[in-house]
Formats: sequence, C-alpha cells, structure tokens
Amino acid sequence: MEKPEYNYAVVRGFVNWSILWGLVAILVGVIAAIQMTNPELNFPPYFTFGRLRPLHTNAGLYGWGVGSIFAMFLYIVQRLCKVRLWSDKLATFQLWLFNITIIGAAVTLLLGYTTSKEYHELEWPLDIMVVVLWVAFAINIIMTIVKRKEEQMYISLWYMLASIVGVAILYLVNSAEVPVSLFKSYSAYAGTNDANVHWWFGHNAVAMAFTAPPLAMFYYFLPKTTGAPIFSHRLSIVAFWSLIFMYLWTGAHHLLWTPVPDWIQTLAMGFSVMLIAPSWGSVFNGYLSMNGQWHQMRENYLVKFLIVGITFYGLQTLQGPMQAIRTFSAFIHYTDWVPAHIHMGTMGWVSMIAFAGVYFLVPRIYGRELYSVPLANLHFWLILVGQLIWTISLWIAGVLQAGMWNAMNPDGSLTYTFMETMVEMYPFWWARTIGGVIFLIGVIVFIYNLIKTAKGGAPAPAAEGRA
Amino acid sequence: MWEKKPILFLLLATATILVGTIVTMVLPFAWVNTEHDRIETVTPYSALEQEGRDVYIREGCNNCHSQTIRPLVAEVLRYGEYSKSGEFVHDRPFLWGSKRTGPDLARIGGKYPDEWHYKHMDSPRAMVPKTNMPDYGWLTENSLDPDMIRRKMDVLDFPYTEDEIKALAGKNEMDAIVAYMQKLGTGIPWREAAATEIVGELENPFKGDAAAIAAGKAVYDANCAACHGDDLSGDIGPELTDMSAYDDAILYEIIYSGITDGGMPPFASLGSTKVWQLVNFLMYRE
Repeated sequence: MEKPEYNYAVVRGFVNWSILWGLVAILVGVIAAIQMTNPELNFPPYFTFGRLRPLHTNAGLYGWGVGSIFAMFLYIVQRLCKVRLWSDKLATFQLWLFNITIIGAAVTLLLGYTTSKEYHELEWPLDIMVVVLWVAFAINIIMTIVKRKEEQMYISLWYMLASIVGVAILYLVNSAEVPVSLFKSYSAYAGTNDANVHWWFGHNAVAMAFTAPPLAMFYYFLPKTTGAPIFSHRLSIVAFWSLIFMYLWTGAHHLLWTPVPDWIQTLAMGFSVMLIAPSWGSVFNGYLSMNGQWHQMRENYLVKFLIVGITFYGLQTLQGPMQAIRTFSAFIHYTDWVPAHIHMGTMGWVSMIAFAGVYFLVPRIYGRELYSVPLANLHFWLILVGQLIWTISLWIAGVLQAGMWNAMNPDGSLTYTFMETMVEMYPFWWARTIGGVIFLIGVIVFIYNLIKTAKGGAPAPAAEGRA
Repeated sequence: MWEKKPILFLLLATATILVGTIVTMVLPFAWVNTEHDRIETVTPYSALEQEGRDVYIREGCNNCHSQTIRPLVAEVLRYGEYSKSGEFVHDRPFLWGSKRTGPDLARIGGKYPDEWHYKHMDSPRAMVPKTNMPDYGWLTENSLDPDMIRRKMDVLDFPYTEDEIKALAGKNEMDAIVAYMQKLGTGIPWREAAATEIVGELENPFKGDAAAIAAGKAVYDANCAACHGDDLSGDIGPELTDMSAYDDAILYEIIYSGITDGGMPPFASLGSTKVWQLVNFLMYRE
C-alpha cells in the first residue's frame, strides 16, 4: 500500500513553540507564587501580581495547553485519516498567527489591557485574532477529515470535532463586548447575567479545551504505545456523548450561593455530580485497556505518563463534583483549595498527557530517537512530586483557612479577623513555591532532553514508516 | 453511521452542546436584570467611580478580592449583608471574583474613611502589618483623562454632567479607585439596617482587671492602632489618650456598633469579650 506523505514540519513547529510558552507560564507562575509571600517583589506598574497572574494562566492554558493540542491534533488527524493535511499553507499561517497572538496576549496583559474575566482576559482585538486562529484550525481539521481515506472516524476524532465546535460557541458568546478604544471594552452583559454567561464559558472551556482534547490524545496514544486496543468501543461512545451533553449544564457551580437564580445553581450541582459517570467511563476504559499490559508501567516510560495522567483525571473529576455540592462549596470556595484543584488538572492530567504526546512524536518529528530515557523518567518523577507538593499543601491550607473563616465564639461572634486567617497561609504558600520550582526543574530536564535529541540523538530512519 | 459522516457528526455534537447552553445560559436572561430583581436605590457609577472601577480591572484586583457576599452566617458577620442580584445591574463586566487572598470588597463602601484607603493603598503594611497586598501609591502619579472617561460614560449610557467631567481634570487614579471603593455595596441602606441596638444595662465584666487590660492591648494593636496610632495619639481616627468624656457603657457601644457616618467601622464581629477587653484597656490602663 502506498504510504501518504504527512506534514510533520508544522507539528514540530507547534511542539517547539508550545513548550517555550509552557516554560514562560511556569516561570511566571513561580514568580507570582513568590510574590504571594514577598509582596516587596511586586514591581509596578507592569510586574505586579494582579497583572502577572493572568499572564501565567494565559501562557499556560493557551500557549502551552492549546499550542500542544494544536500540535497533537494536526498530527493525529493526518494519521487517523491516512491523508496529508488539507492545507499546508493554512497550517503554517495558523502556527504564526498562534505565536503572534500569544506574544500579543503577553504584552497587552502586562500593559493592563484586560477584560478581567478569568481565563478570558484578552481584549477585543486579541479576541478577533483568536477567532481567526480557531477558524483556520477548524477548517483544516474538518476538511482533512472530510477527504480522509479511512471510512470510520476513530474516537479521538469525535473529541476533536466536539472541541472545535464547543470552543467556537463558547468563545464567541463570551466575547460579546462594546469597544471604547483600541484596548478597552465593556461586556455586552451586566452583573448577574455576565457572571452566569462567563462561568458557562469558564467551566466549559475546561471541558472543550482541556478535557476533550487530552482525552482525544489519550485514546490515540495509549493503544499506540501499549500495542493493545481500547477496552470497549461501546463504553467510549456512551462516555463521549454523555460527557458533551452534561458538561454544559454545570457552569453555575462556580457561582453557588451567589445572586444567580437558585434553580440554575441546583441544575449545575446535579449535573456536576452526574458527570462523574462519563468521566470515569474514560478512566475505566483506559485502565481496562491495560489488562495484561500492566507490566508496561515498569518498562515503558510513556505508559507511565499516560496512566498516571488519566488517574489524575479520575481524581480531578471526583474532587470537582464534590466542590460543586452546595454545602461543601459554602465551606471551601474562595480558599486556596481551589487553585490546588485546578493545578491537579493542569499539572497532573493535561500536562502529563501532553508530555507523553511530545515524547511519542519525538522520533517522528525530529527523525531521531529520544536522547535519554532515564532523563524522561527523571522528568516524570520531578513533575509528579512537584505537583503533589503544590496541591496537597494548598488543600490543607484551604481547609485550615475555611475552618478559620467560619469559626465562631459561643456568643456568635467570629473567632478570627481576616488577617489572623491570612497569616496562617504563609507556610503553605512557601510550600507551593517549592512544589512549583520542582515542577519547573522537571520541565527544564524535559527541554534539555529534547534539545539533545534534536541536536544529536541516534537517527530514527524508520520514523516515517511508523504507525 | 454517525461515526462515518463528519458533517452529520458536527451537527449532532452542536445540538448536544446547545441543550444545556440554552437552559442554563440563555433562558436566565428572561429573569435576571429585569423588573423581577430591580432595586430602586441602586444607581449607576459616577464618572470618577467608573474610572476607579476601570483601574481596579486594569490592576487585576479581582485576582485576590471577591465582590459577592453569600447568605452564610459567618460571611454576613464578617462582610455585611449578603449580595443581591439587583445591586449589580450596572456592572460591566461583573467583578465577583473566585478567590479571597484578601477580603471580600462587596460592602467595603463606607466602612472606612477615605483617608484610610489612601494610606492603605499607598502602603498596605503600614496599616495592616502582615498583609501581602502590593503597594499602589504610584496610582497618584497617573492623572485622569476626562475626554476618555466621557466616552466611557457614553458607551455605558450612564448619566453625567459636564461639570463632573471637568472636575476630573485635577484628579488622579488614586482618587478614582478610592471613590470606587466607597461606592461598593452602598446601593442598599444595609449599614443602617444592620446596626445593632444594645438593649438593657451594660456592665463591664472585667472592670480594671489587669489580665483584661493586657488582652485589650493586643486587641487594640491588631485592630485599632492603624487608625488611632500605636500610642493612642490619633491619626486617621481621634486620639484616645484622654477618655474622661466616656464611660464604659458608651465606649462599649461605640466600639461594638461603630459610628456609621463618622468613618468608624463596627467591631461587633470581635465578640463582646474582646470589646470589653478593649474598653478596659482604653479606660483603665496605667
């Protein structure tokens, strides 16, 4: 059979650039973490916590997260469709527009141009760039799928398509704003409506950009790596459709006890708990695909990344619904528990899978075998330990903080002033910084390994032919 | 068969996504910000306040401060009356936040005098020794741009007068953000409604007790010194060295309930024991 020629150059471009933005995100994250304990390290106007934190989240979510998703999707879609990308030029355009947008985001956020909406801070000119970027990406993926040579669309392609349409709807609706000047606009929605629309966006951005895509990667890379098929096709169908149906009802669990109407909060709570089922559908499908293959956890570092990654997905999707229950939210919301929850997802699940994807692609995009597997193992342990120190210390901090906020004297007065609760956080904030630095070292090991591979790893002549 | 038809698949996935979207995101527009949750006394921001709000947004204050008080006992005690939907109808965007590294600000308006805010913004640790809030004294160096603010008010369709716009010329961003702080949460007369009326005789349970005086000093240092001075010599608040004009009960009442329009916050949340300790420190220290 004639082998199609694939476009790996653009995949390599996205891999390299997304890793660079990831490094920036983690560096800025560590700096912001230190500012929490050492306020004298705020350097106004550009380098204060209030401006650096959105830069950290945007570089992490969109530079590293979405950048690596672009890389993986552009690779996987060619392989699963057995055709080259529909348009090489469009893909190259997408790569450069992506980088320009991320640079634009970094510069404007430091200049203080922000909508203030969490994870959607970019002002309207950048919103337009993001939309053009996404349309270019969507057209290329959809057209490649349309002209595919493999009749059946594999699971990964379903998640990809859902992600493409989902992100498009979310971003367009939540971007509605009225410009005042080039870098200032006001939201089209006001107050409680704005809050409800925004967290519909916020939570489903997690679904459509940071759950569906890593699942697409997981479903592709796991069987490719282990050589064993996915346990149940039927389970993946049920999990997919119920996941994309239920997610959209849950945004208001970010707004429990706020002025948002109670019935919306109750629906959000109910659907959040129900989401455990489709989430764990994928977790079980992954675990059961390992039947008879568990020895590979020891022998193949890639399997380790993938299975530990899906495990954190499972933990994330148990902890999330728990936080979405009114009584628990009353206790834990607004504390340091919540950033720890987010970081288990980003550091433990999404990044773990994306790192696995990059390792998988290395021989194919650089044409060389990985320079050092022991370094890849070191990378694994550093990011795992770093993440655990980060998250566990802040879970403890969150419980302590919530307990102190709620503590009351027998006469019905509060036991602690706000400052008395805040000073208790400092040791935990230090622990978070240490966890972040360990994670950062892990990523530097990863980058070093990739550079050594690209510059002088053993050639992998069979790479092109690898399935 | 949907697994073999990408366009059909896209349509099905879109329809699936739209169900929850329509119910929980589109439908609420029929109830929220309508007559249903309108509050008569809630007014739009003035030009200066709106500009302060935009400075708040630019500096990312919402990363550490929330602006919604939930109807939970400890929260209402700490911050004040819980937030109502109708109080936010002029907020574009909403600024409810998701994290309280610092305290909630939904009811900060009127809690402290302007002077407190100027000093606290300039140097937070001078007022609250262990806080990690960054310094914002540099905001005084940025003067306001009246033409730009007029344009913002037009886009938002908020009422303003030309005199109001002209008056912005001599002001800076610090003035704006302090004005915004003082507006927050004042759309309903909750302070008056929440004021505690003490009924019955008040009797000092620790009169002149040395341990109570020592405990009262600690309470003073943590809660009062920032405004009344470390040595009670006064600063933002009056000096407290000569207390001959007060008796125990009156002093207790002032500390407990605050002076609503005089800039003195109520300290009921400290509880009666700590307030009595304070009274003893102020009245009977050596």
